[in-house]
Amino acid sequence: MIFALNIFEPYGFQFFRNGLIVATIAGALCGLLGVFVILRGMSYIGHGLSHAVFGGAAASAVIKVNYFLGAGIWGVVSGLLIARVARRRVIGADAAIGVVTTASFALGLALMNRYGQASKSIEAVLFGSVLGVKVVDIYAVALVAILGLAVVVLGYRKLLFSTFDRDVAQVSNVRVSLVEAMLLAMISLTILVTMRVIGTLLISALLVIPAASARMTTNSFSRLLWVSPIIGAVTCFVGMNLSYHLDTSASATIILLDAFVFVVVYAIAGTRNRMKMASLGHL
Amino acid sequence: MRQSIHSKTDSPLIVCEHVSCTYGNAPVLSDVYFNINRGEFVGIVGPSGSGKTTLLKAIIGSQPVAHGSITIKPQLTIGYVPQVETVDWYFPVTVEEVIVMTRAKTKLWPQITSQERTEVREVLEKLGIADVAHRHIRELSGGQQQRVFLARAMFCQPDILVLDEPTSGVDVRTRHEILHLLADLHQDGLTILLTTHDLNGLAAHLPRLVCLNKTVIADGNPREVLTPKVLEATYGAPMEVLEHGGMPLVVDHGRVAMRGEGK
Repeated sequence: MIFALNIFEPYGFQFFRNGLIVATIAGALCGLLGVFVILRGMSYIGHGLSHAVFGGAAASAVIKVNYFLGAGIWGVVSGLLIARVARRRVIGADAAIGVVTTASFALGLALMNRYGQASKSIEAVLFGSVLGVKVVDIYAVALVAILGLAVVVLGYRKLLFSTFDRDVAQVSNVRVSLVEAMLLAMISLTILVTMRVIGTLLISALLVIPAASARMTTNSFSRLLWVSPIIGAVTCFVGMNLSYHLDTSASATIILLDAFVFVVVYAIAGTRNRMKMASLGHL
Repeated sequence: MRQSIHSKTDSPLIVCEHVSCTYGNAPVLSDVYFNINRGEFVGIVGPSGSGKTTLLKAIIGSQPVAHGSITIKPQLTIGYVPQVETVDWYFPVTVEEVIVMTRAKTKLWPQITSQERTEVREVLEKLGIADVAHRHIRELSGGQQQRVFLARAMFCQPDILVLDEPTSGVDVRTRHEILHLLADLHQDGLTILLTTHDLNGLAAHLPRLVCLNKTVIADGNPREVLTPKVLEATYGAPMEVLEHGGMPLVVDHGRVAMRGEGK
């Protein structure tokens, strides 16, 4: 009886309910876009963009601009800079991401050291904070989730075609660079609205782990687009609850839960493959 | 040595004039001139690095042309079949999904319609692989892989099929099957352009060959083109041409030329 009461205890807090809603929607959204992130080998971009957005968050706090506006513009500018630097063939996209986003991150750190109120706010941005979640964050993440869903549903075949076979998609009159820009914009927006809960350092894991787990369960692209958001949402929901009871950081708990799911699926998929191979061996 | 096969009423589907392409500062193609008419079956041959794939990519529009021009007949639909080595076979898609994704422009809703399912089945049946529609692409044999991508190209009812190395990495039997399949499609009136390394197994069977080494060395039917002089100019090594069963057979210093050239 006491245990049952305990389970619902955090729901008495407004901040927890807000955080739970944001985290669950964010989990589904990251799971959805994560499918494209892992299939396109873009996980480093997610990692980089979150660091770039951190610089923007710090800068907008210093000059007292709205977080979403300041960090959003900063993220877009970083994305364009990455594209610009990567055009020098000798540098390469991964190095370009490394240069631009870590510089942005360092700038954010320096700005917060110099002008920020306390080191606590740095920690909140780096690791996320459920306490900081406001109602406006719920609206923001819901809006981006609807937008992301619309982009993936309405652009389904274009996204699939340009992810699977870029050259041929281009030849078939799919505007591949537009599709890629849309995808990058959606990933930036997702990072922007998720960062306050999950934090800069762990957000890229949310873009990668649920999709990677889902990938091992199916060979169908359309099913992947269902399974991955479900894993993302469920792990975020359960992780938030766990973090309250275990008194651990919300983002760390969520990511650890995601990693746990990954390990379990990995083990099951491995066993299934071995059994398949063994049965083939007997033929 | 140029051949004019086209009928007077039909203008060429593709005209390449003085085409040059570069990677960085290195010229890959220079001053390439050739055209393709409706109903032709053309093979581009040449050594590795001779610009075969670059020329195909320039034609389909994914490689910028530095100088010259490539004129594509208005409203021409090109069905492109990439090299199977460039395909990500671990990508989570079924054969049906691969084929249907080409209708990305006209279809907004992700669901595959029953009309499309019927069309997919028809094109797979035509290529003799009707039973693979719901398989994951990694569960296919080499010949089936090639056919699936051929089916994808056929799905948009192209005027011309463009294939990059359709027989690279396949065994002799599959090579035969692909060659016969392409010959049948050509018989049905499809225009085909392909590149190949395989002089004896594939190129010698085609009605028209273009020998390429940065520029067009020769252009004509295999009997005209597969000569020691042309081959030496194309490959930069002396080669012998024998005749076997009425077909030219290229021998590279005692070894059959189709063997060697890796990527």
